[in-house]
Amino acid sequence: MKFPKRTISIAALAALAAATAMTPVSAQEEPIKVGILHSLSGTMAISETTLKDAMLMLIEEQNKKGGLLGRKLEPVVVDPASDWPLFAEKARELIEAEKVAAVFGAWTSVSRKSVLPVFEELNSILFYPVQYEGEESQRNVFYTGAAPNQQAIPAVDYLMEEEGVERWVLAGTDYVYPRTTNKILEAYLKSKGVAPEDIMINYTPFGHSDWQTIVSDVKTFGAAGKKTAVVSTINGDANVPFYKELANQGVKAEDIPVVAFSVGEEELAGLDTEPLVGHLAAWNYFMSAESEANAEFIDTWHAFIGDENRVTNDPMEAHYIGFNMWVKAVQAAGTTDADAVIEALPGTEAPNLTGGTSVMLANHHITKPVLVGEIQDDGQFETVWETGGLVPGDAWSDYLPESKPLKADWVDLKCGNFNTETNRCLGTAQVGN
Amino acid sequence: MRRIASFIACLVFLVLSGLSARAQDDEALRGAVAGFATAEGFQQIGAVIDALVVLGDPRATRVLAALGEGDLKVREADGGVFIVRGSAASVRLIDPVNGDTAGEAGGASLKKIRVNNRLRRTVRDAIGALTLTAADPAVRMRAAETLFANPDPDALEAVEAALERETNADVRRGMEVARAASLLLSDRSNAEKSEAVGAVAALGTREALGLLSQFRTGATGALELQAAAAMERIEGSLARWSIAQNFWYGLSLGSVLLLAAIGLAITFGVMGVINMAHGEMVMIGAYTTFAVQEVIRRSAPGLLDWSLPIALPLAFLAAALVGMLIERGVIRFLYGRPLETLLATWGVSLILQQAVRSIFGPSNREVSNPSWMSGAFELGQMMITWNRLYILLFAMAVFAVLLWAMNRTMLGLQMRAVTQNRRMASAMGIRAPWIDAMTFALGSGVAGIAGVALSQIDNVSPNLGQSYIIDSFLVVVFGGVGNLWGTLVGAMSLGVVNKLLEPYAGAVLGKILILVLIIFFIQKRPRGLFALRGRAVEA
Repeated sequence: MKFPKRTISIAALAALAAATAMTPVSAQEEPIKVGILHSLSGTMAISETTLKDAMLMLIEEQNKKGGLLGRKLEPVVVDPASDWPLFAEKARELIEAEKVAAVFGAWTSVSRKSVLPVFEELNSILFYPVQYEGEESQRNVFYTGAAPNQQAIPAVDYLMEEEGVERWVLAGTDYVYPRTTNKILEAYLKSKGVAPEDIMINYTPFGHSDWQTIVSDVKTFGAAGKKTAVVSTINGDANVPFYKELANQGVKAEDIPVVAFSVGEEELAGLDTEPLVGHLAAWNYFMSAESEANAEFIDTWHAFIGDENRVTNDPMEAHYIGFNMWVKAVQAAGTTDADAVIEALPGTEAPNLTGGTSVMLANHHITKPVLVGEIQDDGQFETVWETGGLVPGDAWSDYLPESKPLKADWVDLKCGNFNTETNRCLGTAQVGN
Repeated sequence: MRRIASFIACLVFLVLSGLSARAQDDEALRGAVAGFATAEGFQQIGAVIDALVVLGDPRATRVLAALGEGDLKVREADGGVFIVRGSAASVRLIDPVNGDTAGEAGGASLKKIRVNNRLRRTVRDAIGALTLTAADPAVRMRAAETLFANPDPDALEAVEAALERETNADVRRGMEVARAASLLLSDRSNAEKSEAVGAVAALGTREALGLLSQFRTGATGALELQAAAAMERIEGSLARWSIAQNFWYGLSLGSVLLLAAIGLAITFGVMGVINMAHGEMVMIGAYTTFAVQEVIRRSAPGLLDWSLPIALPLAFLAAALVGMLIERGVIRFLYGRPLETLLATWGVSLILQQAVRSIFGPSNREVSNPSWMSGAFELGQMMITWNRLYILLFAMAVFAVLLWAMNRTMLGLQMRAVTQNRRMASAMGIRAPWIDAMTFALGSGVAGIAGVALSQIDNVSPNLGQSYIIDSFLVVVFGGVGNLWGTLVGAMSLGVVNKLLEPYAGAVLGKILILVLIIFFIQKRPRGLFALRGRAVEA
């Protein structure tokens, strides 16, 4: 078909005019920018890329619902490339140059620690979605992942009560999260009457791939006539060779169960899970959770990513909760101004994907259910145990002498590390260790 | 569990004494199995298992085994319970009572009956007890082994009854130790216990040690002394075995290092190119294995066990091709400029990583182990996993072939000629640039086949190569640049030293110690273990 040129240009003009007239005022307003600070290259890309996609999906869904405060949301994605100093630089870029209203991001504790001063200095908001070692509460950060009392301690309770475990191997990668978690667990186990010789602690370098010696040590340790379990804070890529070695050396979950705090659906994707059936993981969400919200979330995720085989995992749920809390807080405050939103966030409720409602606490942590799941042969987890209600996140562990008297409360005390013995706020010098 | 075991003990006894031959009928079994359809939660499922076991029907083992493996499912339409075989869209239904095929169904229409570790243990013990008198000696042997691993004084009578009828000598021996293990935990007479301590101690295994230490805590007087002496003996022999075991771990780690480094021994060692993209050649090999397995899974699942031999030549070709492209496209312009080469190949490695990340995604890819590479076997008190053994043999084979290629083929001769005296080689009519490309392709291709082997023990992810590059350079520099034998000896000694240090120093400190040792070593012998002598060094 052929139109005279003029007809086309007139039609185009008309269409343009119509579009302009029909567009609501909101679209002409500046969109609200949301920063996404997850590594898309380097070692951590394996875990963090999915979170970037999850955030893009959440923002797209919110825009379909009409955006926020009548404005559209616009994601700003940067790539800190698994490089810790670069995290700080990129955070600065997001806040100063892009003027984002809030940032969702970081995975490893060291990347979080590296961006903390930036968020404090520029007074912005960070939502941190990963389970971590606790011992921190910062005014500008909202921790939507689990604190140790929402993951590690309930999991150990489960092993002690349900499996009758008396001997413990605490195996972890050598960095801040496993070291702190194991310190808390060791203190906790000893408080429960476990003898020091019944606890074996083992650290390995990042990306450790030769697990022969350690698995055989675990077997030896487990052959002492007492029920033994491994509590694993082994991180990232090191897990696949670890589980392969367990399977090959014939360590069965019925004999020596391994409960992991860093292994989720995403990590199992690279494994043949047949020999691992029965090993455990503790999280606040499993893809197999049966709730309407979860079914809808999974459907939306599959439609967004265009792949039916992609899995969902716990940090994605943390972003889901955190994002919805932020949306509600912005609506309540009527502005995206950081101070107003930080003020509005504590007490904000948002549904989680396991059928409950999480609430943001005064210490900037949230309430979550704790689930213990067993690995199934299809790479999913089957929930075998869960806490009766939601567990409030505790920033400062009660099992470490130095953090026992500390309390975080940003509503009344306006302090992240208030010492209840001396009635003094330690201030920023102590925040972030 | 004890309760079940005592039930079984009674039942086995009854069956054996012929009082009640076959009181149960299909209906009772079917009724018990039907209980799974309505059971909610692990406790109720546990109750159904109890009810099933109480029947004492040997046919119940089939149901229990399926339950333990997660193959027992409920048809949601009518609540029928079936054993399910096959996976994915369409599955075969098997009647749990008589074992006949009962039709087919869509996988989604069936709900799995959930079990946890506690139920899995119950099932395992129940099967063990039910099969002590099975017809097949292999099944009886497994039952005896299960009982030995999980001794239960309530099962004593059952195992003694079974022992009386046992004719197979091997199974008899298995049952005797199982009986001894259970006896240690029972309240039988001290004379019997003393005999049992002897029987368990004679095994000399770690499991025996565990049993004895468990027994010792409750024992007194002469029995305690006997157990203590036996434990000391076993500990002594296990300590000797553990040295051998660590040595084996060292060799196995050495073989992995050798595989990772041997391609570099050519590109860096022979050609002198600091190739930071070497690790990515290994990664390409691993991803080739993944791609081959994917194709096989889709089109010829029967060939899955052959996926590695099929992947080997393809991985060699893929990595060699990429290597050749890198050499022709980048490196040939940079000969004699090591710093620029280092930076350029580092850039290439990042490009390759990100390319793989874009094509295959950032997450790990599943490369399955063929059945002949899974599991382990025991050599004395040592455990040797098949995959490590094959990788060791494979590394040796690759080394031998490479040595032959370098020393006995025309290409190898020309390679050595070009690297030792380029101008003279050119004058002799050798096309030096062509040989450069071929050498680099060979080194890269060998890295590619290393990737096939490493895919069996490590992550197949875009970061695979990065985790080996440092170790590879370490091995080549330590062994002596330009010498294949040096690479072999370097890799093996690093592996063994690392593994002998690890039990004492831990994995983190062990690695640091190795690095410190190498720094001192390089200070003393800058050219590594096997330094090249003569004109080649100056070239």
